[in-house]
Amino acid sequence: MSSLSTPAPSRSGTTSASAIPSASLGISFDGVEKRFGSLLALRGVSLEILPGEFVALLGPNGAGKTTLLRIAALLVTPTKGSIAFRGLSRVLDGPTRRQTEIVYGDPKPSIGMVAHNTLLYDELTAAENLSFFAQLYDLDDISRRVARALESCGLASRAGSIVRTFSRGMRQRLAIARALLHDPRLLLLDEPAAGLDRQGLAWLGETLARLRDSGTTVVMSTHARNESLDLATRAVSLAGGRIESDSGSGGDPRPLLAALRSEA
Amino acid sequence: MTTARAAAIVLTKELRMEFRARELLSTTVVFALVIVVLFSFAFDPTAGESRRYGPGLLWIAFLFAGSLMLNPSFAREQANQTLDALRMAPVSPFAILLGKMLANFIFMAVSEAILVPVFAVLYNISIGGIVGRLALVLALGTVGLVVAGTVFSAIAAHARMRELLLPLLLLPILAPLLIAAVEATASLFAEQPALDRAWLAFLAGFDIVFLTASWLLCDFLLEE
Repeated sequence: MSSLSTPAPSRSGTTSASAIPSASLGISFDGVEKRFGSLLALRGVSLEILPGEFVALLGPNGAGKTTLLRIAALLVTPTKGSIAFRGLSRVLDGPTRRQTEIVYGDPKPSIGMVAHNTLLYDELTAAENLSFFAQLYDLDDISRRVARALESCGLASRAGSIVRTFSRGMRQRLAIARALLHDPRLLLLDEPAAGLDRQGLAWLGETLARLRDSGTTVVMSTHARNESLDLATRAVSLAGGRIESDSGSGGDPRPLLAALRSEA
Repeated sequence: MTTARAAAIVLTKELRMEFRARELLSTTVVFALVIVVLFSFAFDPTAGESRRYGPGLLWIAFLFAGSLMLNPSFAREQANQTLDALRMAPVSPFAILLGKMLANFIFMAVSEAILVPVFAVLYNISIGGIVGRLALVLALGTVGLVVAGTVFSAIAAHARMRELLLPLLLLPILAPLLIAAVEATASLFAEQPALDRAWLAFLAGFDIVFLTASWLLCDFLLEE
């Protein structure tokens, strides 16, 4: 795969339009297979997601959506096959990943993820959680960045509250704010609408629309209909660890999304 | 970002969480105190017996308390899958381990600072003239305990029976450290206290071997 040269991730601002990264990161899966013991979660998935695409990853529970997202987030190594990031010079080959890594161009700082769990510390406050991750990502002007992130997700008034005291929806909003804190160029969302109320869903939709317009690559998995799916520029349906259908880059995702709507 | 800076960030987080909850430290101290007090009641040792068996009892109390304290080190990262967030961050996996090791060392050191004076009173052992040398032995032994314990806590974190698995994995591995630490402490508790440099060197070697192994294997340790 050809690798595009991209600038370093933006280090200023939070989610304002001017701060959103100008370059995005694509990812391709080549014959990716993942086995957990006797369970084959992914069966030879090949998929190229172009920089700037907004991909809706559809499919029932157990289709392999979460595993695919976790492989993209470098949390899980494929049993077979490889993944490559477009925009950074790095190829990761299944079990021999360490031998084939190219040491420059680490994609980690450019990837953000909202997972099933919140990835937040219940014992810390909202501001402490965001500050901790901002420090790990070596971001500058952390206090201003955290304040803006909390303002953006509507939790500024609860900045000093312990996360354990938050409702499910508040935690989910904070989890999304955490994932966006370092201005990722590839955003992976695993059922991001879970637990959000009407107001939270509207905020999620606005945030994702802004990210899409700025060129951030978004891959969002869901098994149920939500408003944010209308933002998708491409739909990919998984079933039994395989790609069942793909509207393709530049194709029309609406038939696949409509099928999901009718199932719901 | 340097490994040291990333480790310091993780350490600060660990300390903040612990000193807010105060669960781990208080449980560990109370558990270790109970062991020492119960042994004292059970044996009612003379001064000679205390010098002979005291070091073993002291280090067994540290080991049991350590295995209790080290278990949540990575297990509590499972609650909201925060370990995934740490692994996704652009920092060395060793920095994550090192931050937790440093935090665990501080927790163990605080526990020992409370436990040792109580032990000295209950077992009638004078530690006034050996505080510095005893601190050195305790520090070297504790480094080995927390380095190995943090590594095995990371390994056990993904297991279903992790509360049982950690002591089963950890205690046999720590047997050489226990022997060396007990011998080094016993030489300090003798009527003519002396620092046994051979056992001290063994403890330092144990620490270096496990620290190096954790650095070499950190990628695998934090993987699922």
